Amino acid sequence: MELKKRKKDIAGFVSIGIVRITFSFLVLILLLLLGKIFIEGIGVISLEFLIDEPRNNMTEGGIGPAIFGTVAVTLLMVLFAVPLGVFSAIYLNEYAKDTFFTRIIRTSINNLAGVPSIVFGLFGLGFFILFIGKNLDEVFQTGLLFGQPALLWASTTLAVLVLPIVIVSTLEALNSVPKSHRDASYGLGATKWQTIKNVVLPQARPGILTGTILAISRGAGETAPILFLGAAFFLPNLPVADLCIGDYCIPMINPTEQFMYLAYHIFIMATQSANPTKTLPIQYGSTLVLIVLTFLLNITAIIFRYRFRKLLGRL
Amino acid sequence: MEDKEFFQKAVNSKYAKKIGKHTRLKESLIKIFFAVNGTMALIFIILIFVFLFKEGFKALDHIGLLDFLYLDRPDASGNIERVFQWYPTSEEPRYSLIPLLIGTFLTAFPATIISTLLGVGAGIYLSEVANPKFKEFLKPMIELFAGIPTVVLGFIMLVVGASFFNDILHPANRLNAFVASIGLSFVIIPIIASLTEDALHSIPNDLRMASYGLGATKWQTISKVILPAAFSGVSASILLGFGRAIGETMIVLMCAGNAANLTSNIFLSVRTMTATIAAEMGEVSQGSDHYYSLFFIGIVLFTITFFLNLIAEIIINKMRKKNTF
Repeated sequence: MELKKRKKDIAGFVSIGIVRITFSFLVLILLLLLGKIFIEGIGVISLEFLIDEPRNNMTEGGIGPAIFGTVAVTLLMVLFAVPLGVFSAIYLNEYAKDTFFTRIIRTSINNLAGVPSIVFGLFGLGFFILFIGKNLDEVFQTGLLFGQPALLWASTTLAVLVLPIVIVSTLEALNSVPKSHRDASYGLGATKWQTIKNVVLPQARPGILTGTILAISRGAGETAPILFLGAAFFLPNLPVADLCIGDYCIPMINPTEQFMYLAYHIFIMATQSANPTKTLPIQYGSTLVLIVLTFLLNITAIIFRYRFRKLLGRL
Repeated sequence: MEDKEFFQKAVNSKYAKKIGKHTRLKESLIKIFFAVNGTMALIFIILIFVFLFKEGFKALDHIGLLDFLYLDRPDASGNIERVFQWYPTSEEPRYSLIPLLIGTFLTAFPATIISTLLGVGAGIYLSEVANPKFKEFLKPMIELFAGIPTVVLGFIMLVVGASFFNDILHPANRLNAFVASIGLSFVIIPIIASLTEDALHSIPNDLRMASYGLGATKWQTISKVILPAAFSGVSASILLGFGRAIGETMIVLMCAGNAANLTSNIFLSVRTMTATIAAEMGEVSQGSDHYYSLFFIGIVLFTITFFLNLIAEIIINKMRKKNTF
């Protein structure tokens, strides 16, 4: 009896040991991976590397235009995705009743998150460039301005791609506002919109912000959908144009131009540059920059959400 | 009774009417505004579907459905030979998706198996073994892991992983399905681990207590009680991981070698559906058969992942209903 019991314990001990080792192994691999990128990449990181443009057939210089392009695309993406996503979530959570229609929306949003990102690229090409863009060109008689791969279409496509992230985290945030707060607001005579504006949204703001940050991080890291939506190997000029109102001109992002993109830069330098071994330090440097960027964004989002949940726990 | 009278009075008072008329219009306009946005989100989702299928089915105007499977052609001596090849740009274009499907599954299957072993293990560790305080710190780590851009993983497998496996395994091709599937595992492990953790965590604590009360050890509780109870959730996570592996582009584009070999050898270069779209869409002339056939691959990809996700979602929904008894 005693012996039998002990035998079982040994089997359990071994199995739990295996589980522990599995986890430690994963952590080890992850640390090795990140350590390698850090050690190889940190050497080339400098202010010049971050703002300079590539020189000498891409073998020297920095990644300034790629960082600029990434910021420009994600900025436009946020402008498209966040209002649409937040407003949709407000409709779903505050106004719509649980009907067949809203259940379809919810299910499709969940499924949208599982669609391969390359399919979004096909969608961007077929819908935004060839349908919307070509028709815009015809209507405004602009020749071939909109009907070609460009920054605008890359950011609208990425906006559709990150839409589920924005909607789902906004829904979660709205859902976590207690019903009693809404009731109190109605009790004071506030209308539905006043309640949403003054009671629900201020409380849900950290949750919405979390979703926005996660969306930016996802968008900045995506490569597959923008491969044929205007990402370029090298461009001599930034996608910037002067926007003039009368005599007053300010430089603005020009959404009809092609752009360089950090994630795409890593891919193209590693696979198609003239001398991949010579540019290896630059590749590691770009990778380190991209990883640091996404980690900073994700950590911010995680801290935000942690605080938000803690705050709600206290309420 | 008194309440009702008071309510009637309030509704009929001049103040109530004054507010009501003005705000009711505004409120309903605001509601319409939000409803339009919600509908637009849905329209975008439908449009993805519509445009993918619209462009993809144009491929069937010139290419038969069977041509996507094989091509019968006479060889030098006049015998009819059945070929399974993807050569859309040759003089005599061949559009068989078989090598691409094989490439996709040859990278996605091993990746899913590796990730299941490691990911479920990590999920068990997080939910059942790890110190709860330590877990608070580990869960966000998994999320960070999941947030690494896939191009970074592709890059590191290309410059470090491929050479590493080349030295120890001496494969026929330096870039092969095996290297790609290791790279894919990095993407899927966090997905399976965190969903497994969710599934295990959602098992009511009463079950654990009952099992301990009967004299079971910790591992007996995990293997005989918790894992069977969470079986549907864990299998849903594996399905989602598999779907992700099939749809992943950058890693296979960079590490799988991109040669459309018809092989079952995991150490040969293969070409997946996603990598084919990514590599060829940039150079194809719009409106050609090749162009539409790439959209057709998109349809195949979309359909496979859609059904995998749908099944996983149904399983998860069933699990939620079951666990809230």
